[in-house]
Amino acid sequence: MTEKVLMSGNHIIGEAAIRAGCRFYAGYPITPQNELCEYMSEHIREQEGGVFIQSESEIAAVNMVEGAASTGARAMTSSSSPGISLKQEGISFLAACEIPALIVNIMRGGPGLGNIRPSQGDYFQATRGGGHGDYRTIVLAPATCQEMADLTMDAFDLADRYRTPVMLLADGMMGQMMEPVVFKEPKPRDYPDMFMLRGAGGGKSHFIRGLLLDQLEEEEHNWKLARKYAIIEQRETRCEYFQTEDADVVIVAYGTSARVAKGAIKRLRPMGMKVGLFRPITLWPFPMNELRKLSEKTKYFLDFEMSLGQMIDDVRLALQGYADIGFFGRPGGVVPTPVELANIIEQRYFKNNGPEKRG
Amino acid sequence: MSSKTIFSGFGGQGVLMMGYSLAHSAMSTGYHTTYLPSYGAEMRGGTANCTIAIAEEEIASPISSEPDYLVVMNTPSLYSFQNKLTSGGLMFLNASIIDARPSRQDIEVYAVPCGEIAEGLGDIRAANIVMMGAFLRKTALVTLDTYLKSLETIMGSKKRKAMETNTKALAAGYELLKTS
Amino acid sequence: MPMKKIFSKPASLKDAPFHYCPGCGHSIAHRLLCEAFDELDIRGIAIGVPPAGCAVLAYNYLDVDMIESAHGRGPAVATGIKRMLPDRVVFSYQGDGDLAAIGIAESFHAANRGENISVFFINNAVYGMTGGQMAPTTTMGQRTTTSPLGRSKELEGHPVQVCELFSHLRGTTYIERCAVNTPANILKTKKAILKSLQYQIDKRGFTLVEILSPCPTNWKMSPVEACKWISDVMTKEFPLGVMKDIPSAQQKKGVDAHEQ
Ligand SMILES: Cc1ncc(C[n+]2csc(CCOP(=O)(O)OP(=O)(O)O)c2C)c(N)n1
Ligand code: SF4
Ligand SMILES: [Mg+2]
Repeated sequence: MTEKVLMSGNHIIGEAAIRAGCRFYAGYPITPQNELCEYMSEHIREQEGGVFIQSESEIAAVNMVEGAASTGARAMTSSSSPGISLKQEGISFLAACEIPALIVNIMRGGPGLGNIRPSQGDYFQATRGGGHGDYRTIVLAPATCQEMADLTMDAFDLADRYRTPVMLLADGMMGQMMEPVVFKEPKPRDYPDMFMLRGAGGGKSHFIRGLLLDQLEEEEHNWKLARKYAIIEQRETRCEYFQTEDADVVIVAYGTSARVAKGAIKRLRPMGMKVGLFRPITLWPFPMNELRKLSEKTKYFLDFEMSLGQMIDDVRLALQGYADIGFFGRPGGVVPTPVELANIIEQRYFKNNGPEKRG
Repeated sequence: MSSKTIFSGFGGQGVLMMGYSLAHSAMSTGYHTTYLPSYGAEMRGGTANCTIAIAEEEIASPISSEPDYLVVMNTPSLYSFQNKLTSGGLMFLNASIIDARPSRQDIEVYAVPCGEIAEGLGDIRAANIVMMGAFLRKTALVTLDTYLKSLETIMGSKKRKAMETNTKALAAGYELLKTS
Repeated sequence: MPMKKIFSKPASLKDAPFHYCPGCGHSIAHRLLCEAFDELDIRGIAIGVPPAGCAVLAYNYLDVDMIESAHGRGPAVATGIKRMLPDRVVFSYQGDGDLAAIGIAESFHAANRGENISVFFINNAVYGMTGGQMAPTTTMGQRTTTSPLGRSKELEGHPVQVCELFSHLRGTTYIERCAVNTPANILKTKKAILKSLQYQIDKRGFTLVEILSPCPTNWKMSPVEACKWISDVMTKEFPLGVMKDIPSAQQKKGVDAHEQ
């Protein structure tokens, strides 16, 4: 189907996953991602061998995914912030055991029970690994419904290629919002049988484990993972540049806040304020080099988040002091408006007809 | 062309349907569009609203702090949203159940007795489509034809009877503002 | 005179020395499992989930495909495997801490869903691996490193009777409590294991075999004393026997049955 359809983000993820060959979904209800759970309960079961389980908890869900994925099936789970905290144990195990899987986090306001409004408060949890141990999770951050479809499919490919859990990180607004979308043709799957646990048959039995009691063995395993992560960092960064060529100020924002930023830029540009946007699409690996390169021309960067300064750590690491970095963010489930952001930028950088260091 | 509309009212008045069908027909026309519904706790107490953005170019934020058009189907919605409407914006108000009128002078208000008109057509449930007729007459965001096609796609071919009513309801709303 | 072979290593048991303490029940349970795999000829289609616990390295001994699980999550992992590969024989192997404390939700709900898997539950009344702390199945008055004065109902509550509890769940078909403290009990345990696996092959839903198992090390007893303690003390809290066994005819009629 190359036809355009109007669907909500949550449904799009489900549909894209099924088209990509996902045949196992387990999850536990939590707003604002229930529609994904519901979509899967209906549609994954229409596929041959497709399994949906409403699990007893998020912990159970991610462990069911581990089991299903270990057999070689494409498998996924989804949740929102509090539930993702519970899944961290399983994500760490998936990383350790090198099992591919997709975990979707439709973020909501936190900490604690927080609220169900859109938020970006889980950036640290997502990009730093989140669970215990020395591991990384590939994190994809869509900003449009079309990207939710495309990145869901890509997430499965990346998970397979690197045998690692991949997280799709969006928020309540992206999950609820509808936009026209065209589902691309998924790539044929390329995942060797040797990694699938399907019974020994007449041959040798094998096992999948993360437990390595010998510290030197565990060290070697960590080095092996680290080499894999280094390759991912080299090859898999993605980002979008929006009107950065001549920009005096570049906003750095992802997901929903990047859309707000574009709205602000559209207000500022006609008034002669040269503002652009750098949008990381992969949050890990963060497009460090791409951002650093921008500092050759632009000297003012504004990190903009729906949280209180999490991604800014990566922005600092990328810019390494080559440029001035400002911050604006609102936490707790508030989505700032483009007008609000435009005012902040005008005030801070263009008060005297030119970008100025913020006071 | 770039516009934002908020539809608001009780759940059950077909408020989300109005927004969804508008977004669908905007998509069919070839525009960029976003549909953002209220969700979760907001829906408690039975109120619902949605924001629809339609533009020729990529839409930045799907949220609207200053909508160009506002459709209010009940009194609480009038109070919640009237001050958001941009100066010079158009407000479509369900005159069948809203007695109050906005205090602002810088907007245009169309009071549409969509309930009575729908009842006259034999189905009160078509009140939202009557309102859509009036809305499309003044905003011309999409053509009536495209809109009807979208409605048909959304409702499925089985609902022939309802489609007939909707076609009449849409025309009635459209004619109402044409003649006034 | 040609010698007759009357005892040998089961084919499904790897040729590796056990790391378990002398007199530990895990070794016996492993061996019984492997004998059962051989007898049912399912080594090639069995997939197991070992626990976090003393049996965490079970894959070093059982010559079948296995995947590690987080502490207590075995039945969830097994659920995922079984749902994708319904014609494999999938089992989890769990201790009392693993099943009845941290993983009670995963166990309970796998049972309640009637997942067509076998759960082998090693009840040794302590957390063996972490050094003998109190377990949900620690008996009344039993001293452990975290119940130094003995388990009391006021402070620690009563021991959890897993078989009794789970037999109330309508997804379960067969539940039996056995022990590996005497030759006769060991034979019964073997039979129970075989039955559980056979029920799974026949797609009859969730089965669980609890195995009272000596942990001489943490009980601070000799292996012989430990076996006797099972008879004298443990079986009083945890009576042996079949707690539930739905005949297949009855199950077919849909009484208390699980649909597969
Ligand atoms: C989340 C988590 N908490 C704690 C542990 C530590 N731990 C490993 S095994 C175990 C208890 C094992 O006891 P039991 O399940 O009874 O098995 P046994 O060793 O007695 O056979 C604990 C607490 C862990 N691995 N993971
Ligand atoms: S500590 Fe207990 S359960 Fe663990 S191996 Fe030793 S005897 Fe067995
Ligand atoms: Mg134990």
